Amino acid sequence: MSATGIGASVRRKEDHRFITGSGRYTDDINRPGQAHAYFLRSPHAHATIKKIDASKALAMPGVLAVLTGDDLAADKIGGLICGWMIHNKDGSPMRAGGHPALAQGKVRYVGDHVAVIIADTLAQARDASEAVVVDYGVLPAVVDTATAMKSKTVVHDVAPNNSVYNWHLGNKDDTEKAFKAAKHVVKMNIVNNRLAPNPMEPRAAIGLYDKAEDHYTLYTTSQNPHVARLVLSAFIGIAPENKLRVVAPDVGGGFGSKIFIYAEETVCVWASKKVGRPVKWNSDRTEAFLSDAHGRDHVTEAQMAIDENGKITGLRVHTIANLGAYLSTFSSSVPTYLYAPLLSGQYNIPAIYAEVDAVYTTTAPVDAYRGAGRPEATFVVERLVEVAARQLGIDPAKFRQMNYITKFPHQTPVIMMYDAGNYNASMKKALEAADYKGFGKRRKEAEKRGKLRGIGFSSYIEACGIAPSAAVGSLGAGVGLWESAEVRVNPIGTVEILTGSHSHGQGHETTFAQLVCERLGVPLESVSIIHGDTDKVQMGMGTYGSRSGAVGMSAISKALDKVIAKGKKVAAYVLEASEKDIDFKDGKFSVKGTDKTLDFGACALQAYIAHKFNGQDLEPGLKEGAFYDPTNFTFPAGVHIAEVEVDPDTGVTRVVNWTAVDDFGVVINPMIVEGQVHGGIAQGIGQAMLEGVVYDKEGQLVTASYMDYCMPRADDLPSFTVGMTVTACPSNPLGIKGCGEAGAIAAPPALINAITDAVGHEDVAMPATPKVVWRAAQKALKKMAAE
Amino acid sequence: MATVSMTVNGKAVTADIDSRTLLVQFIRENQLLTGTHVGCDTSQCGACVVHIDGKAVKSCTTLALQCQGANVVTIEGIAAADGTLHPMQEAFREHHGLQCGFCTPGMIMSAIDIVNRKGNDLDEHTIREELEGNICRCTGYHNIVRAVDAGAKAMAGSAKPMKHAAE
Ligand code: FES
Ligand code: FES
Repeated sequence: MSATGIGASVRRKEDHRFITGSGRYTDDINRPGQAHAYFLRSPHAHATIKKIDASKALAMPGVLAVLTGDDLAADKIGGLICGWMIHNKDGSPMRAGGHPALAQGKVRYVGDHVAVIIADTLAQARDASEAVVVDYGVLPAVVDTATAMKSKTVVHDVAPNNSVYNWHLGNKDDTEKAFKAAKHVVKMNIVNNRLAPNPMEPRAAIGLYDKAEDHYTLYTTSQNPHVARLVLSAFIGIAPENKLRVVAPDVGGGFGSKIFIYAEETVCVWASKKVGRPVKWNSDRTEAFLSDAHGRDHVTEAQMAIDENGKITGLRVHTIANLGAYLSTFSSSVPTYLYAPLLSGQYNIPAIYAEVDAVYTTTAPVDAYRGAGRPEATFVVERLVEVAARQLGIDPAKFRQMNYITKFPHQTPVIMMYDAGNYNASMKKALEAADYKGFGKRRKEAEKRGKLRGIGFSSYIEACGIAPSAAVGSLGAGVGLWESAEVRVNPIGTVEILTGSHSHGQGHETTFAQLVCERLGVPLESVSIIHGDTDKVQMGMGTYGSRSGAVGMSAISKALDKVIAKGKKVAAYVLEASEKDIDFKDGKFSVKGTDKTLDFGACALQAYIAHKFNGQDLEPGLKEGAFYDPTNFTFPAGVHIAEVEVDPDTGVTRVVNWTAVDDFGVVINPMIVEGQVHGGIAQGIGQAMLEGVVYDKEGQLVTASYMDYCMPRADDLPSFTVGMTVTACPSNPLGIKGCGEAGAIAAPPALINAITDAVGHEDVAMPATPKVVWRAAQKALKKMAAE
Repeated sequence: MATVSMTVNGKAVTADIDSRTLLVQFIRENQLLTGTHVGCDTSQCGACVVHIDGKAVKSCTTLALQCQGANVVTIEGIAAADGTLHPMQEAFREHHGLQCGFCTPGMIMSAIDIVNRKGNDLDEHTIREELEGNICRCTGYHNIVRAVDAGAKAMAGSAKPMKHAAE
C-alpha cells in the first residue's frame, strides 16, 4: 500500500479551505445587484386562501415584487414532482396531489409557501411580509400518522382517506403458514419517531438570469445539481437544460435533505427573470425546521414467528408511513423499496410479508433522511429479534448467530440478493471489542452505585450503492441510478476528475484522488476533483444512499481503465514496440523484457503533441469518460453494541460504551470511513434518545428551534470504538460497499435494546428521554413487586 | 444609520451601518469575511463564534454597534501572516475533526477559547462539556474531541495524550 493510495488514511485535501474560513458555501456567494427573497409562510396547518392583498407591501421601501401562486400559474411554471411511482396492491397508481412551489388556493402545513417578497435587502423583504394581508379559511388539521386514514378531513381531493398508496411486498400465504406453524410468536407495536435532518448549513439559493444569453444560473445547496437541473427543466419548466446551469458549491452537510427539489430554489431562479436581478434566499433555522423535508415517522405492527429450534420462520409487518402534506422528490420510495426489502436483516427468514399504507397529513413533507427506510426496517427487525431472544431465554448474541445467513449469494423473500458477507465474523469481533464476557461484572458494579446497566445489540444490514438502473426502473424509479466520470489528463500529466457525485462532507476530493494515485501513480497534489457544476461536469446522479464509493468511484475506475489503455497505445508508438508488449505499473509504461520505459506524464505530453504517431491512426489527446451502471445493490452489514447506565430515580441515561464492527468491503481511506461511522452513530443516538419532531393537535410545529429540538451535543455522547471486517463486494470493480449511513441505521435499535435491558421493560419509545425511561423503570419495579 | 469603528483581524475598519446590524452580518456582508457562519437563530449552534477582545462570543447575538472600539478576530485572522496555521487549525486537520466544514470555524474559535480559559492539559469530560455551545451534525464529535486535545497540547508545545472520560 502506498502512502496515498487505496487503504491509506490520507489527511483531507479539502480541509485547508475549511479550517481557514475560505470554504465557499452558497450563502458566501453574492452577485452584483442581488435582491433578497423572503417567503411568507402559512401560519395554519390547513386553510384555503381566499385572498392575498399585497398592495401595502408593494408600496414599502425597497420592495421589488410580491409573487404568488397565481404568478407561477400565469407563467406556466409546473409543480414540484415526486420521481418514484408506487403502485397500490390492486395495481392502480399512487394518488399524488398537486405541489405548487407557491400555494394555489390552499395551504397544507405550517410553513407552506404563500408568497415571496423580493426587496433590495432582506430586512426590507421581511418587514414587507408583515404588510401582506392574507384572508385564510381555516380547515381542520390532520396530524397523527396512525389515524390519518380515519380522519374526516382530506388533505388532497385526489386522495380519499388521505391514502397515498396501499402497497405490499413478499409472500402473504407462505407467511400465514409460517405463523400457523410457529412455536413462538413475538408481537410488537413500534413507532419510528419523526426527525428533522438538520445539516448545519441551512438551505440557500441564488437565481440569476442573464438577458444577453437568455440563460439562467442557480447556485443551490444540493446533493445532486444535475438532477435538480433535470427536474427544473423537464418538469417544472424554468428553461431548457442548455439554458440552465446549476451549481452546488461547498455544501454544509445534507443527510438526504438536500437531495430534493424544493419550492425556494425554484422560485429564486424563476423570479430572477421577473425582477431582472439576481435573487438570493437563505433559510434561517426555524424555516429549516418548518420546510426541509423531515425523516422517518412510521407506525408499525410487527410479528415474528419462531420454531421450536429457535429459528425464525416468518415476519409480518404492517406500517403506516406519514409522507406529510405533499410528495417530496423521492418520498414514495422510502417506506416501500428502501424499507421492506431490508426486513430480512442478516437473517435467514423464509417467509416475509409487508404491507405499507402511506398517508397524507397537514405536516411538512417527509422524505429520505440518512438511511432512508433502512433504519426503520432495521429498528423493526432488531427490536423483534432482541425481544424474541429475551422471551425465549436465549442469549441475544447467540440467537442472532443461530439465525444468521451464512451462505452467499442469498436470495431473500423480499427482492434482495445478498452477494457477500460474513456476519459471524463481525459479531465475534464486536463481542470481543465490547468485552461482552465482562458485562455481568460491570452490571453488578453499577448496581452498587445504584445504576441500572444494560447492553444492547444491533446486527444491521443496508442496501447501498443504489442502484442498477433497469432494476429500479422496474420498481417505479423515474431515473436511472448509474454514475458518470470523466478523466482529463493534461499535457504535463496532471489529472482532473469530473464526477457526477457530490461531496458535502464525505471527502471525495481526497478519496477519489487516492484512487487516481493508486491507478496512475501520479502524486496526490497532481489530482483535482471537480464536481457540483452542470456547466463543467456531464450528467451525473449525485450523492445519497452511500453510493459515491460503490457507484461514483466505479465510474472513475472504468474511465481510468480507458485512459491506461489509450496510454499504452501512445507508449507503443513512442517506445517503438507492439501495444501488447506494453505494461503499465507504478506510473510507468514499459516494454516487456526490456528496460525501455515512459513516465505517465511524458506519455500524456506525447499524446497531446502527437509527433510520434499519425493522428489518423490514433486520436491525439488523453481524456476518457465512463458511465457505470451497478450490477447489484451492495450490502454493508455489521454489529453495534451499546452499553448504558440508567439512573432509576431520574431516568437519565448515559451511553457508557459503544462498539461498532462494520463490513464496508474495501475501504479507500479508513480515517474518513471511521468519521462517517462516528457521525452516523451520533445521529442514531440522537434519534433514539434526544430528537423528535412534535406537532400539536392544530398542526403547529412545537419543535422549531434548537431550544426545542434536542440535537446531540458533545457531552451527550461517548467516544466510539470502531472496528472493521472486510468481505470485498463482488458486484463492483473496487469491492466497495459504502459506509455513509451505517451508523444511523445500526444505532437506534442497539441503544433501545440496551435501555430496555437496563430497566427490564420493553415499553421504551424513541426518543427515550428521561421521562420515558423513568416511567419504564417504574413499571418494571411495580411488576417485580407484584410478582 | 450609525457609524461603527473596530479592529477586525488586526485591521482598523469604520462603516456606516443600520443600527440593527448584527456583528455576524457586519463581518460577513460588510467586511466580506465569510468564514464566520450562521447555523441557527437562537444562539445555540456556535457556527458564528468569533473572539472579541480575546474572548469567544457568538456574533449572531451581538450587535455590531456593541463592538465599538473592540478587537475582533475571526477564523480568517488566526493563522500567522505567512500562512502558517494556528496549532488548533492544524489539529483539526490532523485528527479529521471536520467533515462538511460548516461548524468548523466556530469550533476552532471556541476550542482556542477553551484552552485560553482551561489550560493546555484537558480531559475528555472537560472538552465535551465546554463544547456544549457548538453543534456539529457530521462528526459525532469523536474526532473533534481529539483535535481539541491535540490542539491544546500543541498550543503549549507539550504532547501528553488526553485522559479519557472513562478512566
Ligand atoms: S448562528 Fe450563532 S449560535 Fe447559531
Ligand atoms: S463538520 Fe459538518 S457540521 Fe461539523
